[in-house]
Amino acid sequence: MSDGEDIILRDLNDADLVEQMKDDLYDGLADEVHEGTTILLERGWDANDVLSEALVEGMRIVGIDFRDGILFVPEVLQCAGAMKSGMELLRPILANSDSKASLGTYVIGTVKGDIHDIGKNLVGMMLEGAGFEVIDLGINNPVDNYLAAIDKHNPAILGMSALLTTTMPYMGVVIEELDKRGILKNLPVMVGGAPLNQEFADAIGATSYGRDAAVSAELAKALVGKNR
Amino acid sequence: MSDTAARRTGGRQARLGRRARPQEAASPAPESLVTTSANPDGPVLVLACGAIANEIIALREQLGIADDAMVLQCLPAELHNRPGQIAPRVDAYLSEHRHKYSRVILGYGDCGTGGALDKVLERHDAKRLPHAHCYEFFATTPRFNEISEAEIGSYFVTDFLVRHFDRLVWEGCGLDQRPEMLETYFGNYRDLVYLAQTDSPDLQAKAQEAAERLGLRYVYHKVGYGDLTQAIAGTVNV
Repeated sequence: MSDGEDIILRDLNDADLVEQMKDDLYDGLADEVHEGTTILLERGWDANDVLSEALVEGMRIVGIDFRDGILFVPEVLQCAGAMKSGMELLRPILANSDSKASLGTYVIGTVKGDIHDIGKNLVGMMLEGAGFEVIDLGINNPVDNYLAAIDKHNPAILGMSALLTTTMPYMGVVIEELDKRGILKNLPVMVGGAPLNQEFADAIGATSYGRDAAVSAELAKALVGKNR
Repeated sequence: MSDTAARRTGGRQARLGRRARPQEAASPAPESLVTTSANPDGPVLVLACGAIANEIIALREQLGIADDAMVLQCLPAELHNRPGQIAPRVDAYLSEHRHKYSRVILGYGDCGTGGALDKVLERHDAKRLPHAHCYEFFATTPRFNEISEAEIGSYFVTDFLVRHFDRLVWEGCGLDQRPEMLETYFGNYRDLVYLAQTDSPDLQAKAQEAAERLGLRYVYHKVGYGDLTQAIAGTVNV
């Protein structure tokens, strides 16, 4: 297929349409992904299958190419925007669906002193796609915010994000507090953010380190025993 | 929504076909370096981010450091947007050229490498500025902390970033193609804080315009070269 070739999405069979949706998602074409999602639902597809086979699978490829330096943040954000346009159609259906049990609640937030949330938002979207109920605490969260959210939502996993070298040590402060209160032994804690690495995650006692959004979603599923 | 959506690009395969892009290399190092009275132990290498090259050159002149005492090499300023590539690029350069110099000073802070740069420097017996990034060493730590604590949503720019705002910030974030992404990138910021190295009305006007384009309040601090001065002076006063 060459660049710029016009395609009528409704003319495609299901398999080709799913492939085209993954390409469109990769290219950040929100309207096209929205339309592809509509068509699959009209053809009787289960919302879970549209989500996993077209949207999540498309974002998984995006995640791989982001990791490998083929795609960069601006492009990944456009991909996420395209996924979101499909998710808008699927979310209400999934919320009323009996066919898919939630993988649990995932509380996520950017740590105190840090206002960066692009990566966190991508992770949140992938987690939602994977089947978690995501509670997003937003940015600049002191330890009390995490504790209150844990108390209120009883999450399966806690996730923390930081972009700055100067703010990432605060993740260790939160983990230490969770440990002091006896919460850590029953609550896996995932950490992520551009300057982090596995060594840092190990040093602060995090359960796991998600190097990108797609990997984070896979790790989260593994942590609740639902890995593919 | 129309049901005639057309494929405009071509997904991953098309992307992979388009991606062959040469990496910008550091300028070549001198083949041989002569020991002179200005560098009795051999010259010092300052390997710096291209974003602070002008400032280092200005400081060298200001401090009267001889050309044969200190060699300046720069890596592309674009690495500012790709911090994951900084440590490997520094490692590659020093692996090839470290032996030519008596000492190596990095014109970088941690710069978002999460400690990866420090590991490289330890291997090559080199040092860097003891700050998180250039904003901190230009402003100095107490002043930087004061500004950050007063407004957590501070987006910092320097002379270099003001001068190259379009290329590195606007286009670097893809806002030239997708201006609707502005809120995604800058929605949590409140101030554009210009940490100025020089007194330039032109740059101040450009910085103010940049703030307006980003929808941020404009804040100006003349900070000069800050701790970079001492670091460059230290290349010859050991």
